[in-house]
Amino acid sequence: MIRLPLILIFSALLFSAGVYGVLARRNAVMVLMAIELMLNAANVNLVGFSAQLQDVIGLVFALFVIAVAAGEVGIGLAIVILLFRNRESINVDEVNLLKW
Amino acid sequence: MNGQEYAFLVVAVVGSISAIAVVTARNVVHAALYLVVALLSVGLTFLLLGAEFIGWVQILIYVGAIVILFLFGLMLTKAPIGRDTLDNQNRILSAIVAVVIFAGLVSMTVAAFPVRGAVAPPPAPGDSLVLGQALFTDYVLPFEAVSFLLLAALIGAIVLSRKDEGN
Amino acid sequence: MVGLLGLLASEGGETAETIVRGAPNWFVTHAYLIPLLPFASAIVILFFGKPTPGKGTIYGILAVGAAFVMSLGALMSFANGGGTYEANIDWFTIGTLHLELGIYIDGLAAAMLVVVTAISLMVHIYSLGYMKGDVRYTWFYFVLSMFTGAMLVVVVSSNVIQLLIGWEIMGVCSYLLIGHWFEEKENSNAGIKAFITTRIGDVPMMFGFFMLIAATGTTTANIPLIAEAVANPTVSALYISVAAILVFGGTIGKSAQFPLHVWLPDAMAGPTPVSALIHAATMVAAGVYLVGRLFEVFVQADPWVLTTVSIVAAITMLGAAILAVAQDDIKRVLAYSTLSQLAYMVAGLSMGEAGMTAGFFHLFTHAFFKALLFLGAGSVIHAVHSNNMSDMGGLRHKMPITFWTMLVGSLSLAGIFPLAGFWSKDELLVVADETHTYWLLGFFLVTAALTAFYTTRMVLLTFFGEYKGHAHPHESPRSMTIPLILLAGATLSVGFLGSAWVGSVFADWVYFGAPPEEKFMIGFALIGTVMAVGGILVGYRMYRERKAVDPMETALGPVWKVLLNRYYIDAFYMRWIVYPIRDTWSAGVYWFNQHILDAIVNGAAALARGLSKLVSWFDRNVIDGFLNGAAGITGETGGLLKYLQSGNVQWYAVGLFTGVITLTVFFIRLS
Repeated sequence: MIRLPLILIFSALLFSAGVYGVLARRNAVMVLMAIELMLNAANVNLVGFSAQLQDVIGLVFALFVIAVAAGEVGIGLAIVILLFRNRESINVDEVNLLKW
Repeated sequence: MNGQEYAFLVVAVVGSISAIAVVTARNVVHAALYLVVALLSVGLTFLLLGAEFIGWVQILIYVGAIVILFLFGLMLTKAPIGRDTLDNQNRILSAIVAVVIFAGLVSMTVAAFPVRGAVAPPPAPGDSLVLGQALFTDYVLPFEAVSFLLLAALIGAIVLSRKDEGN
Repeated sequence: MVGLLGLLASEGGETAETIVRGAPNWFVTHAYLIPLLPFASAIVILFFGKPTPGKGTIYGILAVGAAFVMSLGALMSFANGGGTYEANIDWFTIGTLHLELGIYIDGLAAAMLVVVTAISLMVHIYSLGYMKGDVRYTWFYFVLSMFTGAMLVVVVSSNVIQLLIGWEIMGVCSYLLIGHWFEEKENSNAGIKAFITTRIGDVPMMFGFFMLIAATGTTTANIPLIAEAVANPTVSALYISVAAILVFGGTIGKSAQFPLHVWLPDAMAGPTPVSALIHAATMVAAGVYLVGRLFEVFVQADPWVLTTVSIVAAITMLGAAILAVAQDDIKRVLAYSTLSQLAYMVAGLSMGEAGMTAGFFHLFTHAFFKALLFLGAGSVIHAVHSNNMSDMGGLRHKMPITFWTMLVGSLSLAGIFPLAGFWSKDELLVVADETHTYWLLGFFLVTAALTAFYTTRMVLLTFFGEYKGHAHPHESPRSMTIPLILLAGATLSVGFLGSAWVGSVFADWVYFGAPPEEKFMIGFALIGTVMAVGGILVGYRMYRERKAVDPMETALGPVWKVLLNRYYIDAFYMRWIVYPIRDTWSAGVYWFNQHILDAIVNGAAALARGLSKLVSWFDRNVIDGFLNGAAGITGETGGLLKYLQSGNVQWYAVGLFTGVITLTVFFIRLS
C-alpha cells in the first residue's frame, strides 16, 4: 500500500546519513551508531521489497541482519572499550599507527 | 495516496530528520537519543509495511538493547558530555560523498521505479506464522549460522573486554 | 749492413751490370763478403756474445781473420795481373736517379782491404789482453766489428751513396769507441768533439757528392760513371772544382787536416787499441782514400783545387810535427805524428797523378808502423798505468819485446833505411821533384827532421834512463805482444813492396791512369836519410840525460806555452764558435721551442681539456639530470602519495565509498 519508491528514498536517505556519519564522526561510538543507521537502511530496503514482491525471504534476511547488527555492535563496543583502555581516547583520528 | 502512505510520510520525515541529527549532533548523548528516534521510526515503517514481527523485533532489540549498549559504551569511554566538535576534518568530503550517494540512489530508484505510475502493493506477508515457517524450514541453516555468529560475538566480546591478568 | 738489407730487399735482385776487365779471381768477385763478415759477427756478438766463453771475442776475430784472408786473396788477383771488377745490383730509382749497391774492386781497393783487415785483426787480438776485465768488454768487440765492417763498405763501394753510408756508420762507431769509458766526462766530451768536427767536414762532402751526381745528369751515383761524366769536356771546370773542394771538406774532417784537426788529439781519450785502429790506420785513412777514389774529379778540376789541398797539407804537416815535440802524453805524441803523416799522404795526392801511387804507398806503410807504435804505447801504458812519459823511463829492461818492436816502429817513422817508412817517404820526395813542387819538397824534408827528433825524444823518455813512476811494470801478456811482433815484421817487409830499388810491385796495383815508372834516385834517398839521422842525433843529445824540465821548454821559452795550448786554435773555436752556439743560439732556439712550439701543443691540450670539461658538464647536468630527475620525480610522487597513508580509517573509508560509487555508476551506465 505504500509505494515502493518512497520507501527506497527513505532508505537512501538513512543510508547517506549513515555514510556521512561513518566518514565524518570523530568518536568511535558515533561511527558505530552511523553504521547502525546504514544497517537499518538496508533493512528498510529489504522489508520494502519483500512487501512489493510478496516474498518472505526479505523478512527472513532482515531478521538475520538485525541479529548480525546486534552482534556486531557488541563486538564493536568491546573493541572501542579496549581501545579506550589502551589509549585513553576514542578519537579515531588518533588511532593512526599505520600512518606514514 | 492512502492513509498508510501519509502515516508513512510522517514517520519517514521524522526518521530522516533524526537520522541526520544523529550524525550531526554535537552532544554524543543527544546523538544517541536521536538514534532512538530514528530506530523507532524504522520500526514503525516496518509495522506500516505489515511486517509486525520484524517491526517489534526491531524495536525490541535495537531500541531496547543496542541503544542501551551504546549508552553504556559512551559512559565507559568517558564520552565528553556537553558541547564538543565531533567531526573530523573530512567533513566536507564526506558530505559530498554522502550527497552523491544519496543522489545516485535516488536517481536510480526513480529511474527504475516511477513514482507516479507505481501501483500500491499489498502489505508484506509479515505474519509470524509465515515467517516462523519459512525461518525454521527453508532457512534453518542460515538461522543456525546466525546463532553461531551470535555465540561467537558473545564470546568475542567477553574475551576482548577481559582485563589482562598477566597470563 | 744496410747494403745487405738492400740486397735482400731490392725488387730486382739481379745484377745490373758486371764489368770485368782482365781475369779477377774468386776473392775479387766475392769481395762483397769482406764487409759482410764483420757485420755478421757484430750481430752475433751483440746477441750471443755474453754467454759465449771468452765473451764473444772469438766471433770478431774469426770474422776479421776470414776477411783478411779474403783481402789477401783479392790482392793476389791483382798481383797475378787480374783487372778491376765491378758488380752492382739495383736498389731503387727516384725519377731519373738510379741508385745501386755494389762493389768496385781495383788495385787501390784491394790494397786498402788488406790494410784495414790486417790492422783490425791485430787490434782484435791485442784487445783480448788490453781490454780484459773491462766493464763493457763484449760491447767493445761489437763496435769494433761494426766499425771494421763500415770501413770495408767505404773501401769496396762502387757508388758515392753507399760510400756515404759506410762513412757515417764509421763516424758513429768512432764516437762510440772514443767515448768508450764515458763514465769520465772528458771521454764523452772527446767523443762528441770528434763526431761533431768530422760532421762539419761531412756536410760539404755530401754537397760535393750531390754536385757530382748532378754532373751525371742526376742519373747515377756510380763512381766510374761519375768519373766519365766529369771527364766530359762539356762540364764546366769551375763546377768540378767546387765539387772537388767540397768533397775535400770530408777529407779535412775525417783525416784531421787543418782546420778540422782539433778532434784527433782529444780522441786519445779512447782505449789505445781504438787509437791504433781508427786513428792510425783506418778511419783517418778513409779521407785519403776518398780523394783517391774520386781522383778523376780532382784531376779534372782547376789546378787551384790541388794547390789548396797542398797548402792545407803543408800547414798540417809542419804544425802538427812542431806540436808533437811539446807533448808529455805518449799517445798525444803519436796523435800529432799521425796528423803530420796524414798530411804527407794528402800532399802526395795533391801532386797529381804521379803522386797518387806515392801517397797511397805511404798510407800503406804508415798504417802498419803507426798501429805498431800505438799498440806498443798501449802496452807501456798498460804496464805503467799512466799515459805520461814523465812517469816512464828505463822500461827497456823490464819490457824487452815492447821495446824492440817499438824501436822498429820508431825508426820506420823516422824514415831510416831499410824500413818501410824510408821507402814511402823517399817516393814522395822523388815525386815532388818530378812535379817540380819544390816548396812542398822543402816541407817534406823539414818535417822529416822534426819527425825523427820527436820520435827519438819519445823513445828516450820512455825506454831509457831511470824509471820515474810508481807502478811495477812488467812485460805485457802474449795476446798483446804477438800483434806487436807481427806488425814489426810487417814494418820490416812491406817497404819492399813499393820500393823502387827492387821494382815496385805496389805501383802495378795502385795507380791512376797508367802505372808510373818508378825510379830510385839515390840523391833524394841520401838527403832524406841525412835529415832523419840529423833529427835523431839532436834528439839524442838533448834527451840522453833526463832533466827536471824538458830541454825544449827552456830552449823555446814563451813559444813553449803556445805549443802547449796548441796554437790556441782549440780555444779560438770554443770561444768564437762553440760557446756562441751553445749559449746564445741554443738558448734562443730553446726559448722558441718552450714558448712557441710547446705553447701550440699545450694550447691543443688545453683545448682538449676545455672540450672535455664541456662534455663532462653535459654529462653531469643533462644526462645525469635526466636520471636524477626521474629519481626525483619518483621521490616527489612518493612524498605526495604518502599522505594517502594517513592512518585515518575514515579517510580510507572515504576512498572506499568514492570508489564504490564510481564503480556502481559505471556499471549502471554500462548496463
